[in-house]
Amino acid sequence: MFGKLTWQAIPFGQPIPFAAGAFVVLGMAAVLIWVAAKGYIPYLWREWITSVDHKRIGIMYCLLAAVMLLRGFSDALMMRSQQAMAFHAAGYLPPEHYDQIFSAHGTIMIFFVAMPFVIGLMNFAVPLQLGVRDVAFPTLNSVGFWLTAAGALLVNISLVVGEFARTGWLPFPPLSELTYSPGVGVDYYLWAIQISGVGTLMTGINFVTTILKIRAPGMSYMRMPIFCWTALASNLLIVAAFPILTATLGMLLLDRYAGFHFFTNEAGGNAMMFMNLIWAWGHPEVYILVLPAFGVFSEVVSTFSGKPLFGRRSMIVATMAICILSYSVWLHHFFTMGAGGDVNGVFGIASMIIAVPTGVKIFNWLFTMYGGRIRFNSAMLWAVGFMVTFVIGGMTGVLLASPAADFVLHNSLFLVAHFHNVIIGAVLFGAFAGYTYWFPKAFGFSLDERLGKAAFWCWLVGFYVAFVPLYVVGLEGMTRRMQHYDRPEWYPWLLVAGVGALIILCGIALQIAQLWVSIRGRERRREPTGDPWDGRSLEWSTSSPPPAFNFAVLPQVTNDDPYWAIKQRARAIGHPVTAEPEYSAIEMPRNSATGFVTAFFAVVTGFSLIWQIWWAVILGLIGAYVTFVVFAWRDIHEIEIPAEEVARIDRANRAARAAALHGEPAR
Amino acid sequence: MIRFTKRARLLSALVLVIAALSGCERSVLEPAGPVGEGDRIVLLDSLAIMLAIVIPTIVAILAFAYWFRASNTRAQYLPNWDYSGRLELIVWSIPALVVFFLGGIAWISAHLLDPAEPLKSKAEPLQVEVVSLDWKWLFIYPQQNLASVNRMVVPAGVPLDLKITSASVFNVFFVPELGSEIYSMYGMTTRLNLQADRPGVYFGLSAHFSGDGFPGMAFDVQAVSPEQFTAWAAATRGRGPVLDDAAYRSLLKQSQDVSPYTYRAVQDGLFEEIVGQKLPPGEGPQTTQTAAAASTVMAQRQR
Repeated sequence: MFGKLTWQAIPFGQPIPFAAGAFVVLGMAAVLIWVAAKGYIPYLWREWITSVDHKRIGIMYCLLAAVMLLRGFSDALMMRSQQAMAFHAAGYLPPEHYDQIFSAHGTIMIFFVAMPFVIGLMNFAVPLQLGVRDVAFPTLNSVGFWLTAAGALLVNISLVVGEFARTGWLPFPPLSELTYSPGVGVDYYLWAIQISGVGTLMTGINFVTTILKIRAPGMSYMRMPIFCWTALASNLLIVAAFPILTATLGMLLLDRYAGFHFFTNEAGGNAMMFMNLIWAWGHPEVYILVLPAFGVFSEVVSTFSGKPLFGRRSMIVATMAICILSYSVWLHHFFTMGAGGDVNGVFGIASMIIAVPTGVKIFNWLFTMYGGRIRFNSAMLWAVGFMVTFVIGGMTGVLLASPAADFVLHNSLFLVAHFHNVIIGAVLFGAFAGYTYWFPKAFGFSLDERLGKAAFWCWLVGFYVAFVPLYVVGLEGMTRRMQHYDRPEWYPWLLVAGVGALIILCGIALQIAQLWVSIRGRERRREPTGDPWDGRSLEWSTSSPPPAFNFAVLPQVTNDDPYWAIKQRARAIGHPVTAEPEYSAIEMPRNSATGFVTAFFAVVTGFSLIWQIWWAVILGLIGAYVTFVVFAWRDIHEIEIPAEEVARIDRANRAARAAALHGEPAR
Repeated sequence: MIRFTKRARLLSALVLVIAALSGCERSVLEPAGPVGEGDRIVLLDSLAIMLAIVIPTIVAILAFAYWFRASNTRAQYLPNWDYSGRLELIVWSIPALVVFFLGGIAWISAHLLDPAEPLKSKAEPLQVEVVSLDWKWLFIYPQQNLASVNRMVVPAGVPLDLKITSASVFNVFFVPELGSEIYSMYGMTTRLNLQADRPGVYFGLSAHFSGDGFPGMAFDVQAVSPEQFTAWAAATRGRGPVLDDAAYRSLLKQSQDVSPYTYRAVQDGLFEEIVGQKLPPGEGPQTTQTAAAASTVMAQRQR
């Protein structure tokens, strides 16, 4: 009846996982009960869960990322504390738990923190920057989000029911094959990633279409903000790379479920193929994450320096060069497989060539600051912190790209330090910069600066204290994923790294406090003009939060920094440039529960596949299909916002702006 | 092996802050053999070349950020300055040149330090066949007809010609102080040539996660004088079990933190049979039910 699922799947006898699981379940139940008791459910359902508004979906992505960051970071704390204790000792986490923890940490941080964070920022900002009212496929967007959330939910269910993979964040066969991993852990991993991977692919298709086909009048490719360019590059990479991931994991699923032998030891399987395929996705994935972060920094540096971006064309060329080159380097993840000098040499040099466009970007940000009037808002602090940190991370990356150096550093903690150096230093700092930068646009009030800056310093210092020691122990030969060790020279460094993790914990606590304080004081922090940073691109030309339709009239774009140009002219003549337009009714897509319902059935299907409850699998699939059919046969798919309503909203915004214009001295 | 100028070495030693930090008594920066030495030189030289550009860049970032702060009235404000052809040229050429140098080093060293390449030496290399098992290392000495688990005794100053395979999942054979590492994979042989220049005990480990017993896959490399090595081989031949088919099959069972021991003789062609998949792969964990039963027993005992 219930396949492999029995009461034994729930870890009643193991205090640590049971307590962690119980904590999560009780926490979620408490939140749900609170929401229900306050009567918020209809509001949430109407305004958020069924919303197909790109801004709302973007915010939900970021919220998912933030919650999962807490989960992934608690894993990190457990790993650091285990390694701080496990010198000549067993520590407090036995291997079967420790192995799940580092696997979950990597999986969560990449797929359910970094990905949703950058996708969330793209969702929120790209249509606003392009000067349009929505993405190309609004309901698909919602489906994509909810499928990502479904994957995240499955990973977290594994905390309570059964186990998670013990094979690392990429499940390398033959270890991940049935012979060596007979439990459900790898299945949890595979189905969670398959489901969320479909969601990501939908996002990719949606955004490539949006950026290529839907832009404000006059916004040519070369006038698109750099963030849109990086979003385009990132989504092109998603469209090309995620099918590889899905196919590769699909092959592993066939191995595990249907007795195939793509990657098995027996019957002619070859696990090296998995390595090649997974990194053919995995390396572009790095750029899927980091390119949008580069885009955020381009916006932030330019805005807070009060200058256009230096070398715009160079930046665009560099972005697209990285987009293409990222497919030619995957082998550097396994130089030590014995490929020989020619192959290793070619891939080593190819990897280094990516450093050229990346270096160009650094210099362009540098010269954007030159001659600027830099305001050190915390978003700008994240940007400067990123530039310094990323240069170091890039340097160690190029070091690892040299095959002979990699021969002694492969899989060591030096490598771990390197990729945290770029993922924290670039992707996460970029996400935080974007969060600070666009928060007032999303909610109409700004975040507390004092706490924001304190959080930044904790993160920056904590990062160095946590990861410089890992560089050192990596040079001392320490490899990753050690549940215990007996080398005395490693021990002090791992203690220091543990302290670094605690400093980062302070940073996270300060960020939570920042959000709390800012929400409590929101009336004081209101931002009436919609343009708190003296912004340059179109998202700042509408109110904060923007109306559902973003722009009452689609803006006419005549240059690179359109809103900056409009403001300059308005300042010169002393009143808003354009006269009040003639308002007309706007059609917007209707809310749809399709995404949520599909994701519900995806969770049912995924969970039943993991536990091999076949009747529930069939029910889940039928449910998902019926949802699709119901959506496809809908009659009304748009609502009309009447012209008077549009006029009322826009007039208020124009009045606030005109007041602000008169209030400030012309610069 | 590779020769780089002494000055470059000095420079790189100077700039390597991390090396100074770690004291690096036991690290890939204090190698005990020619391969590790080659790897180290590539690492340090590449680092030195990059630091030459990275340090000025970091200084410039901080300097520009500081000087052009909004409150500095002496700083010039250039609100429309966004292009300079000359700067663009420099901006593209600097990283390109650096990568040109580094790429040259990478290409040459990838060939010179190819793990499969035999080392130049007057001494006849010692052949060792290495098998990674769940979770221990088996070292077979075909010339001596011996085998040992989790300890590799080798003569110092003599090249080691290693053939490496796996009996189950992937692992990586790594002795940090000797240099390059390489994967061990079922059904495949990888080649690795190493050498310990001076006697000593060097720690080895697996550098690719292989399951619950992975951290216990530590082993020793004991480099001894050639005479001592001969004596060790003779002594080993006189004691311990024989590594035949049955003994090998018992090694396929998972075991953790295995203490080193030796076999006095090895069945002919065992390594080839493992690689040729004539012998079965590691059997993996016992069923979960047994494990669950075991944990119940443990719980009862605790009570």
